[in-house]
Amino acid sequence: MDINWANVFDWMVLLKCFVTGGIICIIGQVLIDKTKLTPAKILVIFVTTGAILGGLGIYQYLVDFAGAGATVPLTGFGYNLAKGAIEGIEQYGLIGAFTGGVKAAAGGIAAAVFFGYLASLISKPKMKKQ
Amino acid sequence: MDPLETKQTYQDYVDKKSPNSPILKNCFNAFWVGGLICTIGQVILNICKERGFDTQLSGTIVSIILIGISAFLTGLNVFNKIGKFAGAGSLIPITGFANSIVSPAMEYKSEGYVMGVGGKMFTVAGPVLVFGISASIIVGMIYLIFHTQSVTLV
Amino acid sequence: MEKLGSQTIKFNTPPTILDCASIVGPKEAQGPLAKYFDQTLEDEFWGEKTWEKAESKIVKETVNMVISKSGIASTDIDCVFAGDLLNQCISSSFGLRELNIPFFGVFGACSTFVESMSLGAICVESFASHVLCATSSHFCSAEKQFRFPLELGNQRPPTSQWTVTGSGAAILSKSGEGPYITHITPGKIVDMGIKDVNNMGAAMAPAFADTLISHFQDTGRNPSYYDAIISGDLGYIGKDIVIDIAKSKGYNIKSNYNDCGVMIFDKNEQDTHSGGSGCACCGTVFSGYFFKQLKEKKLKKILLIATGALMNSTSSQQGESIPGIAHAISIEI
Repeated sequence: MDINWANVFDWMVLLKCFVTGGIICIIGQVLIDKTKLTPAKILVIFVTTGAILGGLGIYQYLVDFAGAGATVPLTGFGYNLAKGAIEGIEQYGLIGAFTGGVKAAAGGIAAAVFFGYLASLISKPKMKKQ
Repeated sequence: MDPLETKQTYQDYVDKKSPNSPILKNCFNAFWVGGLICTIGQVILNICKERGFDTQLSGTIVSIILIGISAFLTGLNVFNKIGKFAGAGSLIPITGFANSIVSPAMEYKSEGYVMGVGGKMFTVAGPVLVFGISASIIVGMIYLIFHTQSVTLV
Repeated sequence: MEKLGSQTIKFNTPPTILDCASIVGPKEAQGPLAKYFDQTLEDEFWGEKTWEKAESKIVKETVNMVISKSGIASTDIDCVFAGDLLNQCISSSFGLRELNIPFFGVFGACSTFVESMSLGAICVESFASHVLCATSSHFCSAEKQFRFPLELGNQRPPTSQWTVTGSGAAILSKSGEGPYITHITPGKIVDMGIKDVNNMGAAMAPAFADTLISHFQDTGRNPSYYDAIISGDLGYIGKDIVIDIAKSKGYNIKSNYNDCGVMIFDKNEQDTHSGGSGCACCGTVFSGYFFKQLKEKKLKKILLIATGALMNSTSSQQGESIPGIAHAISIEI
C-alpha cells in the first residue's frame, strides 16, 4: 500500500500536535518547579485528570483537535483507560468497567513491562557524568 | 532578626534564602521537547492511519514504539540526561512512564531478576496504574448509572 | 577529661590524630580538592558488582591504607568506630568484617565522622592506646536508598546536594605530636520543622548553630580563636543560613568559616547544585585536606562540626520533619 506522505506530514496537524503537547508539558513543569511533588505524584495527577476529563467527554475534543499531542502525554493514557472502560460497559455491561480500561491500555503496559525487563537484562545503571 | 525564633519564621526565612528553579528556562525546554515527542507520535500515527489501521490500533502502536524508544534510551544511560534537560517535557509524555518502569528495573537488578527487577519494577510507576485503572473503573461505573437505561450484569 | 559548661568535654591529655586516609570517587576526583586525596577511583563500581559492595570496598581499603600509613600494627588498635548511611550501616560492617578489631557501629547520618572521632577520643583518654575511626558514603547507593533510581529522568532542584562517594579514616593515639583533639562538643537534636528532603542544608543549619554557640559558651572561646570553622555538609544554602543565624546570636563567623560540601565540588563546573553531602563529605575533606593543613601548620586551630540529617525515606513519606544534629571537635596543633 502506498503511503501518501503529504498526509503524514500535514503541517497544520503537526503544529497543533506540537503546541498542545508542549503546553501540557509546561503544566507539568510548573507543577515540578512550584510544588514539592515527586515525579510519581505528578504522573498520578496527570493520569487521573486524563481519566476524569475522558469520562466527562471533554478530553475527546482535545484529542480531535491535537491528535497525538493529546494522546501521547499521560493525560492521554488516562483518557484511553476511561474511554476503554466506557466502551467496555457499552459492550458487556458492568464487567466492562473492569476489562475495558486495561484492555485499551494493554499495549502500552505490556510494552513497558517487557522492554523494562529486557533493558535490565542487557544494561546497568551508570552514574550521571555531569 | 533571629530566623530561629519559631518554626514558622525559620521556614519563611529558608524559603526566602533558597534559590528557585529557573522556571522559564525549564518551561521552554519542557515545551519544545514535549511537543517534539508528541509530534513524533503524530507522524507515527499518521503513517499507521495511511496503512489503514483504525484509530485505536494506531494509538496503541504509537504508544508501543515511543515506550520502546524510551526504554532503549534508558538502557543506553541517555534518558536521564534528556530528563534532566527537559524535565516535564520527557516525563509527561508516555516516554516518562516507560522510563519510570525501566529505571527501577535496571537499578534493582543487583537484587536479582525475580524480586529485584520483577518486584521493584513498579516502585515509581505502580501508583500511575493504580490510580489510572481505578479512576477508569469509577468513570465507567458512573457512566453506567447515567447512560444506560437497563442495567445489565454481564 | 572534664566537662565544661552544658555539653563540652575537655581532654586533659588530648589524643593525637596520628594519621588519616581518604579514597574518593570519580566525580570528587574532578573537584578542586582532588590532589589532596590519597586515592581517586576511575569508576563508581571499583570492579565490584554492586554499589553497596563498592562502598564496602572503599571503606575496607581506606582503613587498610590508614593503618599502613600510620605504621601501627592492627593488633595495637583497641577498637574501631565506623558508620555510614546505608540501612543498618552495612558498608562499614561488611567492609570491616575481616578486620578483626573490636567494632562499634555508629550512626549519626552525615555527622558520623566527627561522632566516631568524639567517641574514639573518649576511649583514648580513658583506656585505649589507638582507636580507628572511619566513615563512608556512595552517591549511587545513597540515591538508591533515599531518592530515585539513577536512570530516572528527573530534575534535581537547586537546593539539592550531591552525596560524596568516598571514605575517610583516622587513627587516634594516646601519644603523638598532634594535631590534638582538645575539646568535643556533642550536639543536641534540633528540629526546626523543615520537611523538604531536597533542602538538607536548611534542615541541619539550626543544629550546627546550636552546637557552635554551645561550644563558644562552654569554652569561653569566640570565633576568632579558630583559624577555621568547618561544617560537614551544609552546602551553599546551609552555609549562608548559618552565617546569618550566628550573626543574629552575636557571633561573626563570616571570615573564617567554610563548609566541606562547598569545598569539595566546583558548583558551576560540576553541576552539584547546593554542594556535596554525605558521611564521606566531611570524612574525606578532613582526612584529605584539613589534616594535611594542620600537619603542615598552615592551620593551627580548627573547629570541625559535622552535621547530620536524622531521617529516612519512611519518615519523610510519613510527613515528618527532618531532625538535625551537629557534633563539634576542636583540633589544635
